[in-house]
Amino acid sequence: MSFDAAYEALTDHDDDARWAYGTGFTDPLAGVESAVPQGVDRGDLTAYCLALGDDALIMSHRLQQWVTRAPELEDELALANIALDLLGQARLLLSRAAEVEDAGRDEDALAYLRDAAEFRNVRLVERADADFAHLVARLLVFATWRLALLDGLSASADPVLAAIGAKGVKEVTYHRDYAAQWVVRLGDGTEISHARMQSAIDAVTPLIDELFRPDQTELRLAAGPVAGGAAGSAVGPIAGSAAGRAAGSAAGPVAGPVAVDPSTLRSEFDAVWSQVLEAATLHAAPPEDAPSAVPAQAAGSAGPAPGGAGHDPAGRAALAGSGRDGLHTAELTGILAELQSVARSLPGGVW
Amino acid sequence: MTAAAVAARVADPELPMLTLADLGILRGVDESGDGVVVTITPTYSGCPAMQTIQDDLTDALHGAGYARVEVRTVLTPAWTTDWITAAGRDKLVAAGISPPGAAPRRASGPVPLTLVPRRRAIACPQCGSPDTEEIAAFSATACRSLRRCPVCREPFEHVKEI
Repeated sequence: MSFDAAYEALTDHDDDARWAYGTGFTDPLAGVESAVPQGVDRGDLTAYCLALGDDALIMSHRLQQWVTRAPELEDELALANIALDLLGQARLLLSRAAEVEDAGRDEDALAYLRDAAEFRNVRLVERADADFAHLVARLLVFATWRLALLDGLSASADPVLAAIGAKGVKEVTYHRDYAAQWVVRLGDGTEISHARMQSAIDAVTPLIDELFRPDQTELRLAAGPVAGGAAGSAVGPIAGSAAGRAAGSAAGPVAGPVAVDPSTLRSEFDAVWSQVLEAATLHAAPPEDAPSAVPAQAAGSAGPAPGGAGHDPAGRAALAGSGRDGLHTAELTGILAELQSVARSLPGGVW
Repeated sequence: MTAAAVAARVADPELPMLTLADLGILRGVDESGDGVVVTITPTYSGCPAMQTIQDDLTDALHGAGYARVEVRTVLTPAWTTDWITAAGRDKLVAAGISPPGAAPRRASGPVPLTLVPRRRAIACPQCGSPDTEEIAAFSATACRSLRRCPVCREPFEHVKEI
């Protein structure tokens, strides 16, 4: 290899010409059974995969921002590994969304060429962390919620979602343990660490309710197939902790619900949240003491009115609606500016 | 050499002392005529080595005379450390890496939370001391944790059970 060919050497694997990721990447779903179960609306399934993929993508990006800033090398590695797991989940989910949408977009187009108003992630994942305590509080909320969600998803009638769920459960179990152990260490630590951990719990609390508020897409997909369900299959929302683990192993006639109704996950979340806070000698923030909420804005003129809730002067309504409706904080715009800068400034560029 | 034998000898890029077969990520090799379909599964969702593994498999099989090679991915059933073979475990120990114990089996109901790292008898791969402690649950890759041995004072990696 001569120096003249140094750049060629970077692209010598194959003729894959993906930009921004660099080269040498292939569709993470290559060769995976891709049929959409009968009776499932493709638009709904696309939107659902996008939402779950966006949650993982944006959370992963926020975690990556901690790399070189973590308090210890071990935590640096932990956060990078957790971010990588979530990036892997995001790639699988965005690839599934692209495949089901079948409109010529791939995972890269979905990650790099959508504006903030088109993202469907919950607002929890957008929040910048003021310090390490804020990070572990936010990660605990996210991982506890997502673990319950992925566990329920492992019984999805969509075989790809079921596989992503079952695989993700193993990963997010470690993420939740990591965050919970830090919350306990800091909460049950020194006077200063306790105060800062409590302040982080208070700050994340207003972001929790949104996670359990189902949108119309989730409700439709959680209710089961539109028609043609297999005779005798019990169709109903997937309950939290994967009741019917065997479901979803075969493509073909849909055997039950595709999505998890997030409102069914609240009791599992609350049990874990209380258990960690108690061990950490912390207390849950009373709702009326919720600190000034993140100002929400429809990130684009097309943002629908969220749920028709009236304005609440106490400030809690600032978090009405949901990121699932395209309602985001201004912070998402900043994240996307960074995440998408290479792809947007060098469209089609290859390195 | 059969295609299965060629594929089974390809080394894992992250743990090169193991073959793909030792690691348990090689899920199937089907020969038909001059073509081969190899099926692999990722260890973790974000495993960055999947492309390298596909390339290595393709190169090895081309080199062995198989003209048409297709590498497929399966996501289910999800990989578990229980699929690491006995030979693979011996190679890990020889390389100073502690092999995984049995993967956790879940009862029905929510995934249990681990607030305090469990005290477990994980032997030091250097000196064999039976009582070692965890430093960090994540290490150079997601599949390994970092531990230390209070007897020989050496840190070592342990392949986490999943």
